[in-house]
Amino acid sequence: MSDKMHIKLTVNGAPREVLAEPRELLIHVLRERLGLTGPHIGCETTHCGVCTVDMNGKSVKSCTVFAAQADGAEITTIEGLGTPDDLHVLQRMFHEHHGLQCGFCTPGMITRAHRLLQENPDPTEEEVRFGMAGNLCRCTGYQNIVRAILAAAAELNAAREAAQ
Amino acid sequence: MIPSAFEYHRPPSVAEAIRIVSERGDDARVIAGGHSLIPMMKLRMAHLEHLVDLQDVAELRELSIADGIVRIGAMVTQHELITHEGLAQAVPIVREAALLIADPQVRYMGTIGGNLANGDPGNDMPGLMQCLDARFGLEGPEGSREVAARDFYEAAYMTDRADEEILTRITFAASTGGYAYEKQKRKIGDYATAAAAVLINAQDGRVSRASVAMTNLSDVPVWSEAAADALIGTACDAAACDAAVAAMSAEIDPQEDSRGPIEFKRHVAGTILRRAIARAWARA
Repeated sequence: MSDKMHIKLTVNGAPREVLAEPRELLIHVLRERLGLTGPHIGCETTHCGVCTVDMNGKSVKSCTVFAAQADGAEITTIEGLGTPDDLHVLQRMFHEHHGLQCGFCTPGMITRAHRLLQENPDPTEEEVRFGMAGNLCRCTGYQNIVRAILAAAAELNAAREAAQ
Repeated sequence: MIPSAFEYHRPPSVAEAIRIVSERGDDARVIAGGHSLIPMMKLRMAHLEHLVDLQDVAELRELSIADGIVRIGAMVTQHELITHEGLAQAVPIVREAALLIADPQVRYMGTIGGNLANGDPGNDMPGLMQCLDARFGLEGPEGSREVAARDFYEAAYMTDRADEEILTRITFAASTGGYAYEKQKRKIGDYATAAAAVLINAQDGRVSRASVAMTNLSDVPVWSEAAADALIGTACDAAACDAAVAAMSAEIDPQEDSRGPIEFKRHVAGTILRRAIARAWARA
């Protein structure tokens, strides 16, 4: 039997500490111990991507990472991207382009898209589709999800150019 | 979907990891990216009491290319293989294959070492490494040794690696010439129905060297020397491709599963190999 571990994380910019068994998955620690219910639990088998969070600059499916592996990591969840009063560009574009229907996949979609645009700020439609291939939308609303991400990229790039 | 309890270790070195694994024997497993092991633990199909996480072992994260030799540490991720420009120059087939593995999130975590050591017939890297004639470095309590990728796989999930050994590095020569990795899969994230790795060198309009390996068509990867021999010396014409496919077909042993019946898999294997040969030849 294993003892609980003292796990230190930086979550959405703030230091957090939890006691958790090594076998606890990152998604469970985020949702149940830290109260971050933005990342969802869908398939729990590394397929659907609704549990996607950013860990040390990588998009990961937090149902397939032990909290113990994340000890010391920097985590960003959907809660760290925007607030209801000050939406992230991606959140605004998902709203404007109807990039969500039931909304269950949306936190994972946006968190993944955020990392994708960090790595490839000006993607083609094909690159968006390939880069988002680890996230499933069971409403099958992919057309507008891709439109929303391309629109967010365009707005971010326009803002970047204006700032220069 | 929660695994049984285990103790977590995060050693700073290979030596320390081997010490823990040797002491704990069957009760310990090393974890690389964890994207094969964690799902098996969640399903309670893998049982262990000590999980030895290699993420802090810096020496396993190195990737170097010098004097035409590529050395890759076992903890290098698929994402890193894809984004490494030097590797894409030296051995472009690695990026082409890695892009066809799983999905972006899995590729950030999944490692070349895990993909190779797991022994899953569905994994793409074992066949690719056989095609490239790679050598695997293994370290254990008795010291280190090297095994050819072509001698490493014994049966599904059974390899030449001893329980207390860790696959630490992969070494192969930079490949000049034509290349192609072709993979037929039902959807993103699926394992191959059939996949083919092909390397071809051309001289005076004829194939001077070739290497062919197939994935997920037997309980081990199938490096087909006979298929390569069927191409060598030819102009890679239709008759040569027919002969290579026939030679490959004699060496695979696909089983019926959710990806289809045996006859279908044999058909897909032939189609995929033809495509890979055509593309590799066009680039040779």
